[in-house]
Amino acid sequence: MAKVLVYIDTPGKNLHKTDRELLTLAGSLGEPAAAVLGDLTDGVAAELGAYGAGTVYRPSSDGLGELLVAGKAAFLAAAAQESQADAVLLGNTFEAKEIAARTGIRLSSGVITDAVAVNEDFSATKSVFAGSYSVNCAVTTGRPIITVKANTIEVANPEGGSAPEIRTVDVAVPDAAARITGRTEKTASGRPSLDEARIVVAGGRGVDGNFGPVEDLADALGAAVGASRAATDAGWIDHSAQIGQTGKTVSPQLYISAGISGAIQQKAGMQTAKVIVAVNKDPDAPVFEIADFGVVGDLATVLPQATEEIKKRQS
Amino acid sequence: MDETHSALNIAVLVKHVPDAQFDRHLNGEHNTTDRSESILSELDEYALEAALQLVEALGGTDHKVTAVTMGPSQAVNAVKKALQIGAHEGVHLSDDALAGSDASGTSRALAAVVRHLGDVDLVVTGMASTDGETSLVPAQLAELLNLPQVTFASKLELQHDGGAWQLTAQRESDNVAETVESNLPAVVSVTDQINEPRYPNFKGIMAAKKKQITTLGLADVGLEASEVGFTGAWTRVNEAQQRPPRSQGVIITDEGDAGRRLVDFLAEQKLL
Ligand SMILES: Cc1cc2nc3c(=O)[nH]c(=O)nc-3n(C[C@H](O)[C@H](O)[C@H](O)COP(=O)(O)OP(=O)(O)OC[C@H]3O[C@@H](n4cnc5c(N)ncnc54)[C@H](O)[C@@H]3O)c2cc1C
Ligand SMILES: Nc1ncnc2c1ncn2[C@@H]1O[C@H](COP(=O)(O)O)[C@@H](O)[C@H]1O
Repeated sequence: MAKVLVYIDTPGKNLHKTDRELLTLAGSLGEPAAAVLGDLTDGVAAELGAYGAGTVYRPSSDGLGELLVAGKAAFLAAAAQESQADAVLLGNTFEAKEIAARTGIRLSSGVITDAVAVNEDFSATKSVFAGSYSVNCAVTTGRPIITVKANTIEVANPEGGSAPEIRTVDVAVPDAAARITGRTEKTASGRPSLDEARIVVAGGRGVDGNFGPVEDLADALGAAVGASRAATDAGWIDHSAQIGQTGKTVSPQLYISAGISGAIQQKAGMQTAKVIVAVNKDPDAPVFEIADFGVVGDLATVLPQATEEIKKRQS
Repeated sequence: MDETHSALNIAVLVKHVPDAQFDRHLNGEHNTTDRSESILSELDEYALEAALQLVEALGGTDHKVTAVTMGPSQAVNAVKKALQIGAHEGVHLSDDALAGSDASGTSRALAAVVRHLGDVDLVVTGMASTDGETSLVPAQLAELLNLPQVTFASKLELQHDGGAWQLTAQRESDNVAETVESNLPAVVSVTDQINEPRYPNFKGIMAAKKKQITTLGLADVGLEASEVGFTGAWTRVNEAQQRPPRSQGVIITDEGDAGRRLVDFLAEQKLL
């Protein structure tokens, strides 16, 4: 059976949803193994075992995470070699793609990013050109290294399993590396994260400094809050909420766009949503071209009315 | 400003990409990108601006920003635009054998150019190319050149003390903002948060005509044809399918009840 190595950065107290997605995928493709960089609790080790990971690889030295990407890639490459993995899976954050990039050079292996599906032969499906093409690509040299987009795999919730064997791999600490010398954690909003949310409500320049109506509608729907670059650039909301080419790409069940014109760079991040609803006061806004349901109107009145109505129906 | 530092030599990597304002296509036997309506990648304008701001902040006239591209003959237009905006010199790696290069082949080719240029202090790139959008090249360059990577920088500062340059950058992800420090030489990629790129003005456009563009072939940079292009690629596109464009749905004009009608629609779609 093919051996599929999953890279897990910092599991925390429990595995993150994206880690569980990757492990589920690995299990469907072959026999999973994990390369875990950060602290590994017994609880997480047991979770890994339940997902079928027989072996968990750990780096021989601490502090690799303090070196920007270089240290993590050195570890993953060493783990891939040690495990003789037939393929390596990572998440699709900017940093995960970079770890994949350098691991690819170290192993002389091809890298595929942004995969939304991985087949048994390790070919992968991804979208290009802002979702206008779907392509199937394959790694032709080395061990396929694939970064998989969040929210594309239905997570399995296995129970039981046996504790995995923990193996330490020797990693030479790279000398040519930048150091991370400061970290400021951002405060969590308490809302679902954009990567994981079933519903996203996003606001643009049209909210004119007040995200209140967008947030209230999001909360009524249990949704995540997103934004256009115009809104994040204006400082009305944190940059991490930006949807689009240079922000997040989301594919939720429902995307509600409010006060966003629908520039190509914004569409790049949301047009694979299942259902798109747009509220914009300009009937010629390009966002209406891709909306399943559009309201030409003022978001400052339409959104609160919708929120009110949802609450009424819920009670 | 400290006058004792040496001149700074920056290579900015600029890519010639299909204009996203038009429909973009993959075609041919290998599903390669159609490059007929191409421009300087918007995200590389931030890289160029960052490089220009770094040397302008240092003052003096001995610093150099070289715009580097790899691609078919038309790719030189990306370099020309960069010269109009303010780069001092241009380099174009152009060879038929480069056609079909994937990220790893592109990285090997660009790494060879950087080595060929000699004493480069900083390699500055965009956060992603707007066509491939893999963001693999900067990290792979760092690995190939054995240089520190300072990537996805939303802020950059350069200090010179004790005879060495020191780079400090800000890097943001979803839940954490990081401060990153590095010695030079280094590979840097910048996000679209870092600055507001300038436009070329008339003076810049005229001045660009006198600036030098060096065209290099594979042999000039010590590469074999088999290391790049289709033969050197480690990945392949098996199949490409154009997605049907999304069709427009129902558009209503608010007559006082659009919020409720919106909720009706969500209920019909079973999204509540
Ligand atoms: C390299 C590059 C990368 C980029 N990356 C991104 C990206 O990742 N994500 C992104 O979003 N953008 C990105 N952009 C910017 C993009 O081109 C647009 O400028 C941006 O998306 C516009 O944001 P907006 O729609 O909120 O603002 P605008 O285009 O100004 O539109 C505001 C809309 O709100 C409507 N409106 C105003 N008031 C109201 C009201 N009261 N009620 C209802 N509607 C109202 C207006 O009719 C208008 O359509 C990028 C640009 C570049 C050059
Ligand atoms: N063919 C190329 N010529 C010059 N620079 C490139 C080329 N391909 C990629 N780059 C640089 O690498 C960055 C990231 O590209 P990518 O990894 O393709 O997303 C771009 O913003 C450019 O600065």
